[in-house]
Amino acid sequence: MSESMDLLEIRNLSLSFGSVRALSDVSLHVKAGEITAIVGDNGAGKSTIVRCVAGVHRPDEGDIVFDGQVVNFVRPDQARVAGIETVHQNLALVEDLTVWQNLFLNREISHGVGPVRFLQKKEMRKRARDMVAKLAVNVPSVTSTVRRLSGGQRQAVAICRAAGFSSKLVIMDEPTAALGVQETRRVEELIERLRSEGHAVLLISHNFDQVMRLSDQVWVMRAGKCVAGRRARDTTAQEIVGLITGAIAA
Amino acid sequence: MTATESVGERVRVTLTRPTFWVEWASVVGLVLLVVLFTALDSTFLSAGNIRGMLLASAILTILVVGQAFVILTAGIDLSVASVMTFAAVMFGLAMTHGYGILLSCLVAFCAGAAVGLLNGVLVAKGRITDFIVTLGALSAASGTALILSDGKPITVISAPLFELSAGSVGVVPYTFMIALLIAVLAHVVLFKTKFGTHVLATGGSVEAAQATGIRTTRIKIAVYAISGSLAGIAAILLVARVGSAEPAANMTFLLNSVAAVVLGGVSLFGGKGSIKGPIFGALLLTALSNGLTLLGVSQFYQPLAVGVVVVGAAFLTRFDK
Repeated sequence: MSESMDLLEIRNLSLSFGSVRALSDVSLHVKAGEITAIVGDNGAGKSTIVRCVAGVHRPDEGDIVFDGQVVNFVRPDQARVAGIETVHQNLALVEDLTVWQNLFLNREISHGVGPVRFLQKKEMRKRARDMVAKLAVNVPSVTSTVRRLSGGQRQAVAICRAAGFSSKLVIMDEPTAALGVQETRRVEELIERLRSEGHAVLLISHNFDQVMRLSDQVWVMRAGKCVAGRRARDTTAQEIVGLITGAIAA
Repeated sequence: MTATESVGERVRVTLTRPTFWVEWASVVGLVLLVVLFTALDSTFLSAGNIRGMLLASAILTILVVGQAFVILTAGIDLSVASVMTFAAVMFGLAMTHGYGILLSCLVAFCAGAAVGLLNGVLVAKGRITDFIVTLGALSAASGTALILSDGKPITVISAPLFELSAGSVGVVPYTFMIALLIAVLAHVVLFKTKFGTHVLATGGSVEAAQATGIRTTRIKIAVYAISGSLAGIAAILLVARVGSAEPAANMTFLLNSVAAVVLGGVSLFGGKGSIKGPIFGALLLTALSNGLTLLGVSQFYQPLAVGVVVVGAAFLTRFDK
């Protein structure tokens, strides 16, 4: 019996793009309330697997079980509705919109009839302030445009958006790849805060120190396959590197 | 003393902020032109001339609103003027076949909307470059207008239509009121509704919009449909003004619609801009040609002046990041 319940279970997932087999028979699971990391070399299939979970790609074979139910997402918004939020590598923020507009993008609070939906801007600004305050994110103002924010602040806004709206699982693809030392530290704190708030986090990272420091569970991918899974406290960065390169057989 | 200094300081800060010029270029330009032309000819600001300018700007204003929506999604609609011509001919044919004024207006509107919709579907679903699709539509719509009308103007005699083009409240003609109403509606749609936010998001970053589940293909189809529909409405005003449906090219309307949107501070890369800016851009271009005519400058100089003004505006807004 496991310590806590599996929130996400990926069973025998396979996906090909034309003749390229991006994923073959991948199985892994994510426990509720934990930070789970997926590591691997470039092109190992890390991003592809999270894109399947986020509803961007549809797997050719295999099942994705989320919160006890087999899910079959066709579009990203379906994954969002189910409680899976993704912080994309490119952050998916619209630079010329304000922080609050980005936080509520395609989830605007509105009233009206049928397709005519009038925005409730005041309410959204207020809730955006609450969301930002809850995660103690250092954003100048929710009414400033994203264009005026630093890299770390943008990352914080993207994470804030993912953490809001009672999401159960937050997927992060290389959240600190483009950040400086201080900003990386802040984002890591934010990720830990997500866990303490009860969100499960699925983290893709190249930074082994970060993975060992933050995560509870590590999955290793190589050439489209999930070759090993380790509890973070039972492994070392050395072993993980060996598993990634294939020096250590899984 | 300190109060005036701080006001002066604030003005200085505002004027040196690059975004100020992007947002207000068309308004400042219009004011400068009005001052210049009034100084050169006092009749420029006479009631009759103001009325004339508003009358002349109504059609362009309506086209500009549609063009603004398309450019806000980082697209471009080169077919607006030709679609208007096509819709005008359809309107004329409907009138000559005894459809009556209301039904004929509906025909014009639907003709414009249909071409716009087709543009949108080809751009969004067919994944053909907007430039090519609407360039093709420009040619196809003009050609169809020529075929349907056999290249000859269709005279349209209608009392309500005459009333529409001739009537006004004070110095404000009915047609300009229609244009203003459309502009206000467009502003509300863009900035007060969910759809408007999604238009801006699609123009700002297609990837980001899609990642949040916004169906960007639908948004793109919608903006081209809006542009086409407005060209259909503009066609009715055009026929009312000219008194006939002519299969003429109306190329100046196309160039001016893009020019007004750029003057109005809408980014050609999409995602940023307003409706009021382009409207003032349209008024500016109308005032420019009106003022030059008033001063007795040859018509040949007007396209040259428009070109200089547009590039000048682009110069003012180039710092925008």
